Amino acid sequence: MAERTYLGADELILNMGPQHPSTHGVLRVVLKLDGERILRADCVIGYLHRGIEKIAEYRTYQMFAPYVDRMDYVAAVSNGLGYCLAVEKLLGIEAPPRAQVVRVIMTELNRIASHLLWLGTHALDIGAVTPLFYVMREREEILNIFEAYCGARLTTHAFRIGGLQYDVYEGMEQQVKRFCKMFRPKIDEYEELLTENRIWKDRTIGVGVLTAEDCKAYGVTGPLLRAAGVKWDIRKAQPYSGYDRYEFEIPTRPNGDTYDRYLVRIQEMRQSVRIIEQAIEDIPEGPIMAKVGKVIKPPPGEVYVSIEAPKGELGYYIVSDGSTQPYRVRVRPPSFVNLQALDKMARGGLVADIVAIIGSIDIVLGEVDR
Amino acid sequence: MQTEPWEDDLTELLRRHFGNRILEFASYRGQKFLIAQPEAVVPIIEFLKLEAQFDYLVDITAVDYPQRSERFDLVYILYSFARNERIRIKTRIPEGYKPESAVRVHPTANWLEREVYDMFGIEFANHPDLRRILLPEDWQGHPLRKDTDILAMDNEWVRRHLGIESGQ
Repeated sequence: MAERTYLGADELILNMGPQHPSTHGVLRVVLKLDGERILRADCVIGYLHRGIEKIAEYRTYQMFAPYVDRMDYVAAVSNGLGYCLAVEKLLGIEAPPRAQVVRVIMTELNRIASHLLWLGTHALDIGAVTPLFYVMREREEILNIFEAYCGARLTTHAFRIGGLQYDVYEGMEQQVKRFCKMFRPKIDEYEELLTENRIWKDRTIGVGVLTAEDCKAYGVTGPLLRAAGVKWDIRKAQPYSGYDRYEFEIPTRPNGDTYDRYLVRIQEMRQSVRIIEQAIEDIPEGPIMAKVGKVIKPPPGEVYVSIEAPKGELGYYIVSDGSTQPYRVRVRPPSFVNLQALDKMARGGLVADIVAIIGSIDIVLGEVDR
Repeated sequence: MQTEPWEDDLTELLRRHFGNRILEFASYRGQKFLIAQPEAVVPIIEFLKLEAQFDYLVDITAVDYPQRSERFDLVYILYSFARNERIRIKTRIPEGYKPESAVRVHPTANWLEREVYDMFGIEFANHPDLRRILLPEDWQGHPLRKDTDILAMDNEWVRRHLGIESGQ
C-alpha cells in the first residue's frame, strides 16, 4: 500500500466505460486503483437490457425463436440451437438425422466465426492491429455461407423447432469444403503472428489467472474453464445433436491465464474444422422436419437444456403451462456468469491488463444484459 | 406435470440426511429434480457440494405463480463434473419470505441472486451485496413478476432521468 499523502490520493476510482472501445459494447467497470494496481473491479451492467425473458412470456414458442439470436449476436446459430433443443425436449421430439447434421455444420461454422471475431478484437485491444483484418476476411466466407443458406448473415434464425426450414442449398457442400480447406492454413497464419510473438506473450502470460477451483466456484465455463486444465465440454459430456458421432478433441491448457485462453480458442477452431469436415461428408438423406404441428403446445412441464456455446454453457430453462406460450423462459447466459469472475481475475493486476482480461473472457453484452 | 419417481444412491443419501425436509424426488423427461423446504435448500446445496461432488452451481432462477399462496418457485440447477450429472432443487416460497443466500457455498450465486432480486423482488438473507443488477438502482418494480405488464415501466424514473414523458 502506498504511503498516505496529504491529498489522500493513495486510492483512486477510475471509471471505465460504458463507452470504451475495449469493453466490447456497453460494459462499465468501476476500478479502484492503488497507483497502477487494481484493488477492485466492479462491473455495472444492464445498458442493453431488453427484457428478453419477459418478451418470451408474451410470444408463442415459434415467435420467440428469432429473439434468442439477439442475445449473443455473434453466435446467433448457437442460441437458436439451444432454444430449439429445449423446446424439442419439452415436446418429447427429436430433429431428424439430416437436420441434426446440418445443425452441427452451421453451429460449428458459427463457433469459428465467433472465435474469429474474438481473436481480432482481443488482439486489437492489446495492440496487434493486423489480425483483425485477417479474421474479418475469413469470417466473411462463413457469413456468405449463412447468407446463402438462410438469407441472413448475423441474426440467422437458421433452425426451427423440430428441424430446419431450409434444406441444404445447391453447392453448399462444395462451398463448405472449400472453406475448410482454405481456413486450416489461415489458423497457422494467425499463430505465426501471435503465438511466439514477444509482445503478445508479455502482455498475456500470467495475466488474469483463474484456477480450475476458481472457475468451478464462479461457475465459469467454456474456453476459460478448459484453459484452466478442466477437460469439460458439453458436446462430449452430454452430447446433443449427434456430436457423439464425430471425432474431435477437447483442447486444454494448464495455466488458466489469458495466453492459455488464446491457445485453447485457436485449437477449438481447428477442432471445429475437423467436425465440419466429417459432417459435410456424411449428410444423410431424409426429411428435415420432425412431425410438429402448426401450433406448438407442449404438455405442462419444465426442462433445462444446455449446449456448449462458443462462450461456455448456454442453458434454457423453460416452463410450460400447456398453452402455446411459454410460462417462463430463463436463459443461463455464459457471458453473464463468466463476467462475474472479472473482479477475481483483475485484482492485484495492472490497470493496463484489464483490457486484456476483458478481452480474454469473450463477452457479448447483448447476452450479458439480455 | 407428469413426473416419474427418482430413486438412486443420491436420493437415499439425501433422505438419510434431510428426511422429510425434502418433500419430493421426481424426474421429468429424464431430468431429475427435488422439492425441498425453503430452509433446507442451502444446507442441501452445501451437503451435495461436500459429500456428492456437486461442485458447480449452474443457475438460480425463479418462477412466479401469483395465484398460489406460496407465490414463487425458486430453482437451483446443480452439476457435478465427477458424476456428469445435473439435478435441480426447487422450493416454494411466499411473498416476503427471505431465502438464505447461497453465496457462501458457491460464489457464483452472487450475481444470480442479484438478478432474481432485480427481476422478482425476492430478497436473499445474508447476501453480501444485494443490489439490482440489470435495471437501474432507483428503478421501481420487478419486471418478471406476472402482475407486471410487458409494457409497464417506471415512468417516474424515465421522466426524472431521461426528461421525456414515456419510454414508449
